[in-house]
Amino acid sequence: MGMLSIGVFSSLVGSMDLDFAVRLARAAINKGHTVNLWLSGNATALSKDKQKEFKDYSFPDKTLRELIGKGLTVVSCEACNQSRGIQKEDMTEGINRASMDLYLAKAAQSDRVLHIGVE
Amino acid sequence: MGLKNKIMFVVQRPPYKSEDPKLALTHALSSGVTSIHIDEEVVPTVAFIGDGILNCVRDQKSMEAYGIISNERHIKNMLATDTKTLVCKEDIERLGIKEERLIDASDMGADMTIKVVPFNEILKEMEENDHLMFF
Repeated sequence: MGMLSIGVFSSLVGSMDLDFAVRLARAAINKGHTVNLWLSGNATALSKDKQKEFKDYSFPDKTLRELIGKGLTVVSCEACNQSRGIQKEDMTEGINRASMDLYLAKAAQSDRVLHIGVE
Repeated sequence: MGLKNKIMFVVQRPPYKSEDPKLALTHALSSGVTSIHIDEEVVPTVAFIGDGILNCVRDQKSMEAYGIISNERHIKNMLATDTKTLVCKEDIERLGIKEERLIDASDMGADMTIKVVPFNEILKEMEENDHLMFF
């Protein structure tokens, strides 16, 4: 089985990129692959706990929590989080935070990298 | 240090309109410290295409205008750490930017300079990298 790293930089609300990334992660994990998800820029909003589901917006939070339980590694950019006022205690349990060198290291070791860098 | 892994960062957005170019530059700069996680060297290349080439124009006044460190500062740091930096020739011509207006880090002792190349050469560089990251 392979290792996939997905880096996402798009916003949680206003773009469907994060929703797509989480769905892709689910498909890969269900096939037995190892998946790393890197949240940077506006995508760090996905790391925030206590999101509320509305029918007008996609809601990847629920799937993300299930996938973390199945072994998905999720890391959120520490500086991006802090610049947006998201402290460690505000984050969903199971999501780690680190600096971008960790993402590059994971990417370097991955069989495939999907980088969604522009909104 | 084990294997070399080449990652190319392609910047296509103009500066200060979105966070994307800055994130590209900070990610590229962090390549130098990936060795704390893995026994592999990450070798970055950064290419500016489309409106992204505007990131490479010198004398940026972002500190005065926005109170933030300029993309110019990050690009100079990249050059000072020998990061291969390419700018699309067709795009600088399209926007009427002369090569002498591009950022230079010789004041920091950098040997590396921004290289103006045809888009075909950037495509060739993409093929030679292990991973591509578009910003």
